[in-house]
Amino acid sequence: MIPERLVNWVVFAGLLAVPLWAIVVDEPFTITLVTRAVILAIAAVGLNIALGIGGLVSLGHAVFFGIGGYAMGILAYHAQTYTSLDLFGLSLAGTKSMPIIWLVAIVVSALAAWIIGLLSLRTSGVYFIMITLAFGQMFYYFAISWSTYGGEDGLSIYVRNGFPGLNTLVPIQFFGLCFALLCIVLFLNARLQNAPFGLALNAARQVPTRVETVGLNPMRLKLVAFVISGAITGLAGALFADLNRFVSPTMFSWQLSGELIVLIVIGGVGRLYGPVVGACLFVALEHWLGALTEFWHIYLGLILLAIVLFARGGIIGLLTGKEGAHV
Amino acid sequence: MHRQYGGQNASFKQSDHNGENHMKKLLMATAALAIGATSAFAETKIGMITTLSGGGAGLGIDVRDGFMLAIGQSGRDDIEVVIEDDQQKPDIAVQLADKMVQSERVDILTGIIWSNLAMAVIPSVTAQGKFYLSPNAGPSALAGQGCHQNYFNVAWQNDNLHEAAGAYATSAGYSNTFILAPNYPAGQDALTGFKRMFKGELAGEVYTQLGQTDYAAEIAQIRASGADSVFFFLPGGMGISFLKQYADSGVDLPVVGPAFSFDQGILQAVGDAALGVVNTSQWNKDIDNPTNAAFVESFQAEYGRLPSLYASQGFDTANLILSALEKAEVSDADAFREALRATDFDSTRGAFKFGPNHHPIQTIYAREVIKEGDVFTNKIIGVALENHSDVYAADCKM
Amino acid sequence: MSTLLIIEQVLNGLQFGVMLFLMAAGLTLIFGVMGLINLAHGSLYMIGAFAAAAVAGATGSFVLALAAALAVAAIAGALIEMTVIRRLYGKAHLDQVLATFALILIFSEGTRWLFGSFPLFLDIPDYLSGPVTLPGGIQYPLYRLTLIAVGLLVGLGLWALIERTRIGIQIRAGENDREMIAALGVDIRLLYTLVFAIGAALAGLAGALVGAIQSVQVGMGEPVLILAFVVIVIGGIGSIKGAFIGALLVGLTDTLGGIFLPELFKLFMEPGAATQTGSALASMAIYILMSLVLIWRPTGLFGARA
Repeated sequence: MIPERLVNWVVFAGLLAVPLWAIVVDEPFTITLVTRAVILAIAAVGLNIALGIGGLVSLGHAVFFGIGGYAMGILAYHAQTYTSLDLFGLSLAGTKSMPIIWLVAIVVSALAAWIIGLLSLRTSGVYFIMITLAFGQMFYYFAISWSTYGGEDGLSIYVRNGFPGLNTLVPIQFFGLCFALLCIVLFLNARLQNAPFGLALNAARQVPTRVETVGLNPMRLKLVAFVISGAITGLAGALFADLNRFVSPTMFSWQLSGELIVLIVIGGVGRLYGPVVGACLFVALEHWLGALTEFWHIYLGLILLAIVLFARGGIIGLLTGKEGAHV
Repeated sequence: MHRQYGGQNASFKQSDHNGENHMKKLLMATAALAIGATSAFAETKIGMITTLSGGGAGLGIDVRDGFMLAIGQSGRDDIEVVIEDDQQKPDIAVQLADKMVQSERVDILTGIIWSNLAMAVIPSVTAQGKFYLSPNAGPSALAGQGCHQNYFNVAWQNDNLHEAAGAYATSAGYSNTFILAPNYPAGQDALTGFKRMFKGELAGEVYTQLGQTDYAAEIAQIRASGADSVFFFLPGGMGISFLKQYADSGVDLPVVGPAFSFDQGILQAVGDAALGVVNTSQWNKDIDNPTNAAFVESFQAEYGRLPSLYASQGFDTANLILSALEKAEVSDADAFREALRATDFDSTRGAFKFGPNHHPIQTIYAREVIKEGDVFTNKIIGVALENHSDVYAADCKM
Repeated sequence: MSTLLIIEQVLNGLQFGVMLFLMAAGLTLIFGVMGLINLAHGSLYMIGAFAAAAVAGATGSFVLALAAALAVAAIAGALIEMTVIRRLYGKAHLDQVLATFALILIFSEGTRWLFGSFPLFLDIPDYLSGPVTLPGGIQYPLYRLTLIAVGLLVGLGLWALIERTRIGIQIRAGENDREMIAALGVDIRLLYTLVFAIGAALAGLAGALVGAIQSVQVGMGEPVLILAFVVIVIGGIGSIKGAFIGALLVGLTDTLGGIFLPELFKLFMEPGAATQTGSALASMAIYILMSLVLIWRPTGLFGARA
């Protein structure tokens, strides 16, 4: 069986190699595809912190994805229409600068995650799944009826936001930006897993009562994990909105929440590169299977079923021969 | 993804046997390569992004079928149509548009059914210099301030059919109408459009939830409001549910609506509940001109079903493109644009012309749902609006 | 807003609730007895509706169509249980969510492959159509009254099954302690298949009954599924009584909220904005209700106390 480190490095190298090859053969669309995979991977890494380490099955994580997306959408909209955003009596100008937008997305998502977490973590098991779903649906319906920012039509941002020193409209440059962020997020995740916090969280997932007897508060651990998780997924949402130059309520949908979970499971729950492998595979399947037949969802369902029933550790589990975290 | 070529083989049915399809594609691709190698014609590539899966697939399938019928009938072999499924998701549509422009390098795009997907795709595609011809969605933003010289709408502006319903309701003598639509931008536009042309009073104005399936509460409100008529815009499954429940409720007020809830595909699912409803449309199968008669006949022969207004819109879009290609190459953008503006083609609606904002100026009919033998269909009973443009044209500064 | 209108809306809310109960009962039974989250329940609803539409189209008989819906859904349920679900017992919730999510994909596209993309025709039979006059002068559709009646009958039937029959005892015992009743010699596999089939049949029946007044199309099950989950969470998982009360609560909140919230806002906002805000809030209402219930009672109204 292949050691996990090797698998990780191969994936990392692959993620860099494919866009570079795409430049050589002049296929800019492949770069866009890989960028999409990278952004979804960031979102899934966020979720994996809550799900894989913390054991929190959140079926409403799209909430943070959407919040990040709308943070970008609202700020950029006010910038491109030269109107000001009136919030709590303050009149703010919009902005098209990515770093600021990312900061806003992260902060707002973290705040939302804190509130949602406080309310949801009182429950557990399937009730937790359902209450996170409920919050997702609330935001979804709210966004649809909020016609100031497009409602169901969504918001189009005509020109991609700017990053100092780069021309973000060039596919490879935007890819580079997203890839750098993925690396940072993965690094954070790795450090977290091995830090005392991560170990405690892992323990809290498996044996909460013992953790309590040691004097730690599992609820607080999970809340912190949920907040970090929400913040990262929020960042991914802002990037996704920038990739598509479009934001819409579907970013809040429960189907997207489900897809994020699917990504992690295909790759391998609790594995560092699980979300990355899952995202790449998902985007690839979506692209190629969709070209083969109109009914490709059937095959996706069959593959997913096979993985859940027979390959519990996901792809990485298959390759490394070890099972991943039991949620 | 499905590549289809005009000319040789006019049968483009979606085969259930992928093997057969693959063989055909392989043969056609080889043939096309051979022809392409010796052809003097520059090939024109058209990218169609439409909804082919999920609940809303019926509309996309109709548009695609109408479009490909025209391409097939043209006998031309230098047009390649790349068809993709957007699954009614805006981010997929944007991704497909990127792929079509960057990877497939299409010259013309078309196909989007829904206004929210259209708003996500069209501004960026036209800004990149590609032509976009809409066979369906006609959001107001793109008809007014957001109009673009590369964007043409062959169907209507979203408000048109609702305005026509308002005009018809006025002329039919209704004075106290209850109106309802879902609470999303197209629904809000629908009620605004109706109110613009309707001169009577409103017995009630209700926004339902998007995707709502149970209308008992709204029907009770209608009953209690003392209205003399009902106008509703509820596309797809929502409209089917509403009509069935309305017909069963005993509230016997006349109903008016735009064609979107009464197209050929939906009528069979609604059945008797729809009989007698008046709906407005720019097209019906009994419009009396040779192009339309031939279209209805050939569509039925090819696909085994009657065409809907969406199919007619796809058919007209293809024929408009073909007529422009007769006069100019797509690579000469200015000439091609002028050729599109000239609308020198036979439309299923008779004479066809664009307004200054590239949206049609056309007649909108009032038609009634009837039963012909076993099949439910529509019959024209009058004209609702003649030579009607749209209210946003004045804002377009092209 | 007349009293008659209010009463009619309350009836509508009850009818909607009763239909939700059919879905929720099956779901809560399956979860309570087998500990399984079944996202594919919505697909069984859809299968029931499609079976009914197909049979009604072929034979013209509504009763046959309903029977077909029950049978096909039950068989489909039994098949799924034996091939897929059986391997999921005792596994983590995540696995169950995903496996049944995969089933949704397979069934939805499979149905579209079989039946095409256009909605199917299913209509109420003539002898059940049209309104009847209730005491007080209210005109109410006969079919909806029938639905309420059917739902209540099913509720009673389920109660009788659970409380008064041997199978019911086994089911209740299984909810409490799975290993024990297996040790006592009850064929647990058969019991599980039976329970799953019953749940599936209920969903299929709901699909057929509701499909007659709504649209029979691919994907019709998912919105109802989410609502059913909300219902069983509010009611408490595993409790049929909870499912019933929860269903009525959700049905009434959704219906009455949609009518009265805009009116409420009209008191201090202008009509256009009031309708929009009211509608927006109405669509979120049941989720807000669920969150409030969970914050107050983390395991639902009648669920097992932690």
